[in-house]
Amino acid sequence: MKELVKKLTEAFGPSGEENKIREVILDEIKDYADEVRMDVLGNIIARKKGAGEKLMLAAHMDEVGVIVTNIDDKGFLRFSNIGGISPFTLIGERVVFENGTVGVFGMEKMDDIKDLKFNKMFIDIGARTKEEAQKKVRIGDKAVYYRNCDIIGDYVTAKALDDRAGCAVLIKVLQNVKSPRFDTYFVFTVQEKVGLRGAKTSAFGIGPDLAIAVDVTKTGDTPESEKMAVELGKGPAVKIMDRSVICHPKIKEMLIDSAEKNNIPYQLEVLEMGGTDTGAIHLTKDGVPSGCLSIPTRYIHTPSEMASIDDMEKAVELLLYVLEK
Amino acid sequence: MLLKELTEAFGVSGAEHEVRNILKREIENCAEFRTDALGNLIFEKPGKGKKPKVMLAAHMDEVGLMITSIGKNGWLKFDTVGGIDDRILVSKTVVIGPNKVKGVIGAKAIHLQEPKEREIALKSKNLYIDIGAKDKEDAEKVVKIGDYAVFDSKYEVMGDLIKAKALDDRVGCYIITEILKKNYDLTLCGAFTVQEEIGARGATVAAYTLEPDIAIVLEGTFAADVPDTKEEGYSTTVGRGPAITLMDKTFIADRRLVDRVLQVAEQNKIECQLRRTAFGGTDGGKIHIAKEGIPTIVISVPCRYIHSPASLTSLGDIQNTIALVDALIKDFQERGI
Amino acid sequence: MELKETLMELLSAEMPSGSEVKTNNCLVEIFKRHCDDVRVDKLGNVIGRKGSENAKVKIMLAAHMDEIGLMVKQIDERGFIRFSYIGGIDHRILPAQEVIIHGREKILGVIGSKPPHIQEPDERNKALKSEDMFIDTGLSAEKVRQLVRIGDVITFKRKPVELLNGCFAGNALDDRAGLAAIIYCLQELDKLQFSAEVYAVATVQEEVGLRGAVVSTYHLCPDIGVAVDVCHGNMADVSEEETQKLGKGPAIALGPNIHPKLYERLKNIAEDYKIPYQVNPEPSATGTDAWVMQITKEGIPTALISIPLRYMHTTVETLCLEDIKLSGRLLALFISSLEENFVEGLRCY
Repeated sequence: MKELVKKLTEAFGPSGEENKIREVILDEIKDYADEVRMDVLGNIIARKKGAGEKLMLAAHMDEVGVIVTNIDDKGFLRFSNIGGISPFTLIGERVVFENGTVGVFGMEKMDDIKDLKFNKMFIDIGARTKEEAQKKVRIGDKAVYYRNCDIIGDYVTAKALDDRAGCAVLIKVLQNVKSPRFDTYFVFTVQEKVGLRGAKTSAFGIGPDLAIAVDVTKTGDTPESEKMAVELGKGPAVKIMDRSVICHPKIKEMLIDSAEKNNIPYQLEVLEMGGTDTGAIHLTKDGVPSGCLSIPTRYIHTPSEMASIDDMEKAVELLLYVLEK
Repeated sequence: MLLKELTEAFGVSGAEHEVRNILKREIENCAEFRTDALGNLIFEKPGKGKKPKVMLAAHMDEVGLMITSIGKNGWLKFDTVGGIDDRILVSKTVVIGPNKVKGVIGAKAIHLQEPKEREIALKSKNLYIDIGAKDKEDAEKVVKIGDYAVFDSKYEVMGDLIKAKALDDRVGCYIITEILKKNYDLTLCGAFTVQEEIGARGATVAAYTLEPDIAIVLEGTFAADVPDTKEEGYSTTVGRGPAITLMDKTFIADRRLVDRVLQVAEQNKIECQLRRTAFGGTDGGKIHIAKEGIPTIVISVPCRYIHSPASLTSLGDIQNTIALVDALIKDFQERGI
Repeated sequence: MELKETLMELLSAEMPSGSEVKTNNCLVEIFKRHCDDVRVDKLGNVIGRKGSENAKVKIMLAAHMDEIGLMVKQIDERGFIRFSYIGGIDHRILPAQEVIIHGREKILGVIGSKPPHIQEPDERNKALKSEDMFIDTGLSAEKVRQLVRIGDVITFKRKPVELLNGCFAGNALDDRAGLAAIIYCLQELDKLQFSAEVYAVATVQEEVGLRGAVVSTYHLCPDIGVAVDVCHGNMADVSEEETQKLGKGPAIALGPNIHPKLYERLKNIAEDYKIPYQVNPEPSATGTDAWVMQITKEGIPTALISIPLRYMHTTVETLCLEDIKLSGRLLALFISSLEENFVEGLRCY
């Protein structure tokens, strides 16, 4: 699991530019799925045949990042965000483009740092002129945090654990499932960070009878954090509600029962902000009873998100039980 | 002149009939058309039935006002429809409802204001329209609650540019009518959509209906190539040709398609530019995620001061956009997607 | 059945958004009395059919069954419960409110906060925020843990009261009033001739994003959709222009969300039958099920009828029973007027 998480989180894949991460995932799953296809938006849809109802499992493969909107005469890049990033997170950070070009963030002079906005910042790729910059980067190119994945004891810190942690869980489930009781579709979605777009089209294409997303969730276990009853290392969290969905009681109970019967530790999650692919999936066609299993994660959308490997492994165990019972 | 007629027509979101009627008349002889439950004008031109099926979309609606109540003194209270900066409303003439009643949005005379008042922007909720009615009853003879109002603004030529209201997105409507007058082997379909300004609602159902292989959205987008804006904030520049969208708040373009457009433009020597911002949204946001997803390209004509009574654009950019769309369709016809 | 009894019966079910599947049986029972066929869909929407199947005209009436509420977010070591919102709630209505926690059993709780005596003087000028409040059940921490789980829903305690002049106050009238109007309409239809296939739909999860209407409209794909909801009634501190008057009949909406021919037809019927009505201009999003019904599949002609309601999303929502009746009657007469040609004309602009 550790190696897989490292491989996944270090891959490049901002929303709308998921080629590299898609290749990594395809490589991991191609020997295990009965069918694999891609749709128009670039979602990976891998099927593991089973006799029962159609179950869609979803984890998004895209990550937050930035997109170049302008290149000035001196070769500095202006940018906009992809997904929910705070400009304050970017101070002193580095980013990397798909072709390996590395850039650092700089900012204009400001009287009060509170005035910091994206349009006061720029990316410096070490180019001296516009022409030199354009050889490496085009307007519209996207970049992600430039950061390694580090394993710290049982915890892991990396960029893009949101939601490569979920991807890792889905991959492990697919690799280990033998005969699922559902006709199971493992979907690695695109463009979740910009509005659950991949989940919307893939769910329409599949038309599942039920669905479970695997995504990350916030925690309330750091000093003076917000009040939230989710902690790292206490097992995966069964989502009750977030801004995009109130999970269907049937799926919620299925996950809770499976955990309790197998003595798999679990937590319950009420997330006040944020949404997940489940939000788009459950409103597809005439409705899809849906739920979500969350991996507790600290410092989401920063270059150093932190989660527990054990929570991911427990999530795999739980989903395998749900699939095979 | 069609563009003049289109921009001067009424068409606030939800009441697009004047624009729709002009467009029906224009495309009558070159395409089949029908309307749907929301009022989208859906068209199809089978050509020789070749694939791919290309969808063209432009929205008919514009931002405007709606009359929400009529006061005892005959003054009309209103609310904005679509994204209007409240600060542009003061001291403007508007035209209201099917009777085309003229009215003005007044403000307290500067003489009567405290200096501090002037620092506060006037909100639409504090403003009203005066049509010169004696009282409520008098006003009700010509205006009804729920009537729409638009800015009173005429199409005019200003040097190399033109001025009009509603260039967003009557330029798109105009471009599509010009394209429909040409002949292709592949099937062209599409929609003049309603209610884009309040959430791309017409496009949502039109894309669901049409199921094209690829969609081209034609828009009027904002150009901020004006004083006090640094070049990196321009987004688009008037006079530099059609702008291709890479990303906005509703849509991320497929880079391969953008590159294809740039390539076609280069081959045909059509000047074009990239839209250098990630703000805004268009019908493309809904079209590309309809059903199982539709490959989508968004091409815009740069316009200064959109969503105001007087926006400006370049006729040259419009011609270049027509040329680009024409070349693109021919390219799809020959090489597929 | 008298309207007031219907409304009281509707109010007996406690249904915060997302938990309707557990309690919507009550609605199934009520619908069965007035419909030819009743079913529940995958997300818990209750769908009743009245009139012959496969008729030429298919109309859907929608009112949402869910209500705003709270949810258990955290239980502290002493058994005090921290909560999150379900739907849009003004935190200023919360202090000293009585609530029911739907745990393993129903538990009464009181919303508490730091007592004023120990607050700084300037603290008292500020409204309490939700994080400053908690629910006190009076039970031991151990007992609370036994009975309550994170994610359990919390409702406001029902205290319906009758006021003067046929006014009625309580919580969850948004949108049980709409459901009551639909049921009244179904009763009226028994006295009228109509050829349409009528679907009465009690939708789920309206308060958190019009979600039940998205899937139920997709499923039914009607020729006409009408949402029946509440709108702001006239209140002391709100300008007249922003509200509709209590007791003056249903508010018929118009604007981009509304098909113009449906608005005209509803208005004409109200005038023909001397039903008092009010005009409700909606420049953009109506915030009702009608907003999503309209853009389902290839597009659905949509209308919206609203019952004026004061103090929306508080526990003392106030309305006039007569307005519910008038709305129901208007709907019934409208349905009775529908024929195929009119419906076909809705796609011709």
